[in-house]
Amino acid sequence: MRAPIRIKTLTIDGKEVSAREGETILQVARENGIDIPTLCYLEGLEPYGACRLCLVEVKGINRLLPACITQVEEGMEVITNSERLVKYRKMILELLFSERNHTCSVCVVNGHCELQRLAQKLGVTNIRYPYRYPNLPIDATHDRFVVDHNRCVLCTRCVRVCDQIEGAHVWDVMGRGINSRIIADLNQPWGTSDVCTSCGKCVHVCPTGALFEKGKAVAEMEKRRQFLPYLTVMRGGKQ
Amino acid sequence: MNEKKIKLATVWLDGCSGCHMSFLDMDERLLELAEKVEVVYSPLVDAKEFPEEVDVTLVEGAVSTEEDLHKIRLIRQRTKILVAFGDCAVTGNVPAMRNRFHIKEVMERVYEQNATQNHKPPVDGIPTLLPRVRPVHEVVKVDVYLPGCPPRADAIYFVLTELLEGRIPDTTAVTRFGA
Repeated sequence: MRAPIRIKTLTIDGKEVSAREGETILQVARENGIDIPTLCYLEGLEPYGACRLCLVEVKGINRLLPACITQVEEGMEVITNSERLVKYRKMILELLFSERNHTCSVCVVNGHCELQRLAQKLGVTNIRYPYRYPNLPIDATHDRFVVDHNRCVLCTRCVRVCDQIEGAHVWDVMGRGINSRIIADLNQPWGTSDVCTSCGKCVHVCPTGALFEKGKAVAEMEKRRQFLPYLTVMRGGKQ
Repeated sequence: MNEKKIKLATVWLDGCSGCHMSFLDMDERLLELAEKVEVVYSPLVDAKEFPEEVDVTLVEGAVSTEEDLHKIRLIRQRTKILVAFGDCAVTGNVPAMRNRFHIKEVMERVYEQNATQNHKPPVDGIPTLLPRVRPVHEVVKVDVYLPGCPPRADAIYFVLTELLEGRIPDTTAVTRFGA
């Protein structure tokens, strides 16, 4: 016998909503047409809570909670949009831009980039923090794809899709804090990876121009993600 | 305001002049603007000195040299509303791509390794490069950000007409980084 579905009721931005137990604030908000900005989150992959753009206020809790990994509770009062939240979201985006070399004008995904789109949507017209200009490599050793660390925001979508959907686990993260970096296998050139199946899923879930197909020029690369919901269904609905 | 034309200046620091091309791309709207605006200083007009009491200055390009630094400070003093005009002014953009290298490496690369003759940097008549290219707002206060590479003519027109109406424009509706 299937366990009965428990229903939780809560409010999001003053709107009364109901949710199944175990759902996250983000899922429930989206089901109810309430938009919370996200960057590392991608439907079909396990949520990770890295980017902090989906931070929301919950009444009675002093700290801000990431909506993508916070499960709903009975009687919760959630605020998804406030002056404080907008301030932090803009700060997060500006820090991402300042941390690496996102030169949008010469990027393969210019015009199709989630970071760029979020900046415009949240009203970021300039970066208030000093740019770091790190000297980061571009790895073009793979036959078909390139990883450009200058444009990586460490969302780990590539890590998760390779592990959870493709089952190859080529990608992972090395280092800590500002020195963190995405690596292939044991920190080796991508083209030398024995386990990479060249499926390209990492390329297509990447929100920026950090992963792209060879032969694409500025603004030519568009990411195709139609496969994700399908593959999730194939895996029995498990995220 | 209707009687008196506003004084507009445009300057070109470390950029490719694409933003100025986009400015010209306003086409017939330039005639309409010309009735309300006097262009007092610009690569497009013949004025040698940056004048006093300019109402609006569009700054194209990043701050890359001692000369840029000197110019932008003077411009700021003499301008009421300073617009960072295009991605180089707003973010550093392509000129700032040299920032990850030491200035010595940049000079060697350009004037020695890639030179076919005169294998040394020029010494006369060119301004000293700053160690790092910087967006305009890191050097002086900026009032309006107009990103884009280049910002479309429509976006420039929007900003200028909003300023003429006495409003500070919200540019996110019309442009973005890299647009």
